[in-house]
Amino acid sequence: MNRPELPAARGLLSEAVLAFLRGELLGLAVAEEAEAADPWGEDLQLALYCCYELHYRGFADVPDDLEWNPDLLGARAGMERAFLAALRAEVPDGDAAKSDAAKSDAAELADVIDALLVEPVDAHGVSHHLRRDGEVWQVREYVAHRSLYHLKEADPQAWVIARLDGPAKAALVTVEHDEYGGGDPARMHAHLFAEMMRSLDLDATYGAYLDAAPAPVLAEVNLMSLCGLHRSLRGALVGQFATVELTSSPGSDRIVRAMRRLGLPEQAVEFYAEHVEADAVHEQLVRRGVIAPMVAAEPELARDIVFGIRASTLLADRTDAMLLRSWGSGRSALRRPLADSPA
Amino acid sequence: MTPPRRHGTPDLVFTDDGPLLVRGPVVVELPDGSRVRSDRPVSALCLCRRTRRPPFCDTSHRRKVREGER
Repeated sequence: MNRPELPAARGLLSEAVLAFLRGELLGLAVAEEAEAADPWGEDLQLALYCCYELHYRGFADVPDDLEWNPDLLGARAGMERAFLAALRAEVPDGDAAKSDAAKSDAAELADVIDALLVEPVDAHGVSHHLRRDGEVWQVREYVAHRSLYHLKEADPQAWVIARLDGPAKAALVTVEHDEYGGGDPARMHAHLFAEMMRSLDLDATYGAYLDAAPAPVLAEVNLMSLCGLHRSLRGALVGQFATVELTSSPGSDRIVRAMRRLGLPEQAVEFYAEHVEADAVHEQLVRRGVIAPMVAAEPELARDIVFGIRASTLLADRTDAMLLRSWGSGRSALRRPLADSPA
Repeated sequence: MTPPRRHGTPDLVFTDDGPLLVRGPVVVELPDGSRVRSDRPVSALCLCRRTRRPPFCDTSHRRKVREGER
């Protein structure tokens, strides 16, 4: 299995974590740096991403056993506290978040889900922009950004399987099975994504765009890893998964239309075309099959699911804003622009 | 899905707001006689007839709103 190269540091915290991974330090004590770092910043998000990557494929020339190294886990915990605190500050929790304090958590969850199931006709997200006015270099940049997640598509959510039971578990595995191609490796969504990258002349190597990816993109993947690796956040993981599955179908359709308008190869279109159809099914399975029985069995999880939905929506909006801001001023949104990106 | 346990897990589920969910790989014949196969563990067949990918649901049944109506 291809293991990515270690990225370049983006500050003191990531430099310390990377030096430890390279075997240049005997120990790692960065609790203070983790607390002092900007939780949304490049340094912390990259350092946290690297800690999590050890649980997926690891890095070239980094010993596999470092996955459970106590110093690294301690450093990771400090960064997770900072990240979670920042998320909780932006995403009001519990009664304070409700329009009506008397509303039950289950009713709040139903309202939050309903809000994801309507199509705003005058929205200004990245997929709307790409469909109307996107250029080829912007589609390629978008795909390069998304590769951080899609080349490990469905992996962070697989961690939650052991933390579910009964109908919720069966339904989540049904969705995951579809994500992994229903037994056909050529239909695996991560594989379809890699094929799309190649047909767009992008590097489909796992981790190829890690150095290029800015903090908001890393934060989206970090939220999935955080919630996937902590049983206490299993409700939030399901909320994150639901947000993706509920909103992806119309968004994917807009990207299909953008790619067709730009005359991009059919091989490139396939990934998003598949997601229009697949996620129309997954939406139903996640709502009816996963969330409904989960909340029926453990009503206290409703609040965590709401948090997961709000946190992932917040992070997706931050990425959208970052991309549109850069492109709006004619700049690349990547830290390392592609060959056809503006400087 | 909320299965009535006495009958086992249903193969077909009518949703209240959207598609018909069908369990297992299916071959569907369209009015023009053409056939489409879905190998998914569950497929969503469009009932509202607004889909651009017949016979499958593409979430076109969703309510459209203007910003502020949400």
